[in-house]
Amino acid sequence: MDWLQILNNSASSIISPATLAYALAALGLAVHFGYAGLLNMGIAGFMALGAYGYAIGILTFDLPWWAAALLGMAAAAVFALILGIPTLRLRGDYLAIVTIAAAEVLRLLFLTTTFDSVTGSADGLSGYHGSFRASNPIPEGTYGFGPFMYNEIGWWVRILGIIALALAALTVWRLMNSPWGRVLKGIREDEDAVRALGKNVFSYKLTALVVGGVIASVGGIVYALPSAVNPGVYVTSLTFFVYTALLLGGAATVFGPLIGSLIFWVLQTVLGNVLPAAVDAGILPFMSNIQAQTLRFILVGIALMLIVIFRPQGILGNKKELTFVK
Amino acid sequence: MTRSGAATAARVPRLLALFVAFLAALVALTVLAGAGVASADEIDTDKYPYRVSGNVKLDGNPLEGVSLTIEGNGIKTEVKTDADGKWAVGVPERNAKYSVTLDETTLPDGIAVVDETDDTPNVKDAEVGPGGRVSVNFFIGEGVRNVTSFADQLVERIVNGLRFGLMLALAAVGLSLVYGTTGLSNFAHGEMVTFGAVMTLVFSRGLGLPIYFAIPIALVLSGLVGYLLDVGLWRPLRKRRTGIVQLMIVSIGLSLAARYVFQYFIGGSTSQLVGADMRPIPLFGSVQLSIIDLVSVGISVVVIVAFAMWLLFTRIGKATRAISDNPSLAAASGIDVDRVVRIVWIMSGALAGLAGVLYAYYRPGIKWDMGAEFLLLLFAAVTLGGLGTAFGALAGAIVIGLIVEVSTLWIPADLKFAAPLVVLIIILLFRPQGILGRRERVG
Repeated sequence: MDWLQILNNSASSIISPATLAYALAALGLAVHFGYAGLLNMGIAGFMALGAYGYAIGILTFDLPWWAAALLGMAAAAVFALILGIPTLRLRGDYLAIVTIAAAEVLRLLFLTTTFDSVTGSADGLSGYHGSFRASNPIPEGTYGFGPFMYNEIGWWVRILGIIALALAALTVWRLMNSPWGRVLKGIREDEDAVRALGKNVFSYKLTALVVGGVIASVGGIVYALPSAVNPGVYVTSLTFFVYTALLLGGAATVFGPLIGSLIFWVLQTVLGNVLPAAVDAGILPFMSNIQAQTLRFILVGIALMLIVIFRPQGILGNKKELTFVK
Repeated sequence: MTRSGAATAARVPRLLALFVAFLAALVALTVLAGAGVASADEIDTDKYPYRVSGNVKLDGNPLEGVSLTIEGNGIKTEVKTDADGKWAVGVPERNAKYSVTLDETTLPDGIAVVDETDDTPNVKDAEVGPGGRVSVNFFIGEGVRNVTSFADQLVERIVNGLRFGLMLALAAVGLSLVYGTTGLSNFAHGEMVTFGAVMTLVFSRGLGLPIYFAIPIALVLSGLVGYLLDVGLWRPLRKRRTGIVQLMIVSIGLSLAARYVFQYFIGGSTSQLVGADMRPIPLFGSVQLSIIDLVSVGISVVVIVAFAMWLLFTRIGKATRAISDNPSLAAASGIDVDRVVRIVWIMSGALAGLAGVLYAYYRPGIKWDMGAEFLLLLFAAVTLGGLGTAFGALAGAIVIGLIVEVSTLWIPADLKFAAPLVVLIIILLFRPQGILGRRERVG
């Protein structure tokens, strides 16, 4: 086994676009689930809107890349409004089912051959990098040290991703420490009590849904920045993976989603490298290489169960804060 | 209600109207777009390794924009011919049969598929051999079209919708009873469906047992899994007083783990059960069902009626309904809640397994993630009927089945699973408690 290579790959995944994208999505979900207590199971839909909005904005409407990114975020905000208006009146488990259904409807709309000329159907979208790469101020070349060696495009994607993540984290942190955030947490703990204080619970929840949804859509955009948009990514499993990352770190925290996503992806990379290597070295003789890759996802499922049962507040969470509403 | 609450209530109908208008626009857009299928002449050829292709010509001249549908082994793809009259579709399996239907309404006026020896010359079977490629060509000339009338199509869809709905109901009643008695929205129910199908595959194809032994063994094992899940996982969690949202997320973890365990053992490809390629028999109108389809419908009806009888007239059935209604009161009146919940889990597992076997014939094919696509329709059915009511789930399942099939008359076939989800969202706007659910404050 080439331990050095495995170590390199794992360290490199710390600031990979996928990690940053998950962190942003998980942060958005923290606003929904952790702070507002909204059981949103459609986070994959918000990410898909960000990614497709960005790609379609460039390919179909010829927008510059930053305007296309705004389009993706606007699409997510509209989706949050449309989703929130009917569902925020519903009980938690109904909300979960409606949001998961809405995300799946979106995915099917992106997947159908009917809109092939715009969405690319099963092939997804690619080749939208022109204006984004042209805006890159970094001169051509390879930079970095140790495992973090990337060319100018790689760095541009990562730098923007980190800036987006920092801005999002700052926004969430400020919001949650403001009077608005305290009311939101109050709604999570006891909706009726907050209503009795004369607060408009519905509008607080709707705002939270929009804010979290827009942050998650930025995650989708970061996911789409370096490569391509593939409809096979935005399945319900993605939502569940983001939940795993969020709950691992701590649902009602600002840094929990970041740490959770980081651990999620580093572990994924480590296992994705170590397990097949172990198979090749004959340590796991009963397993094929493909099975070793599948084993990673089995472990994700088991990890999710164990976290929720034994440490529902996550790594950073506070047990006193009720992270699971009723 | 406070003033702000009242203001919210007043604003909600207006917002509702806006939302419905948006949805209607979306649906209209989809229907309009459905008239023109993708202009690409090669579909899914990158996605799947094997292909069915052909060339549509009239007296040596290529015909452009003729639409064809390729169906079988879990795919249904529409394709249009390009300027050279050519088309190609990628398909997932070789050594398998696909049916190719040419839509005669897309041919020029007065032109049709002609073949004296065939009753339906515009439908052809294509067998993809070991080479993985096959070409299909039609005899095209002047003649009378073979158009299925709208009424016939509608009847055919309704029959298929009922078939699908009854199968859905088998799994939905179990999901609904589990919810009713324990409050758990079980996201792993889809994997229990897959389990039944996979076990049937293991015992029939794997161990060589005849199918009529393999299915009962698979059902017993499915029931056993339901029992083990309750004893090993859900009962301890109930004893810990774990919240229902936590339970739900645990079931999501279980669903992920189980899904990939299936992939671990059976791989990513689709496998067929014995008899899945049986020829359909024309019954009436344009309705064609194979013997297996008819047996499936029979089994669904018998099992559902038996289940309803059990729920209505036996002691355990009555106890189950009592617990769904009010668990504490039921426990106080001497019902052994744990025992009833255990029985509910066993039944729920076995019924889900049976639904899985029937679904494997309906799709057709067994794949590791077949339960995941089924799960959302199950939730739609259960929610539509009213969470926790078994008869609501039955009604909801049949409605969903009908919507899935009948909607394909107007919308593209690859959106058929989206239609019931949209309907679900709309119905929840007006009746949050579902069709048969009891009126209560939800939210």
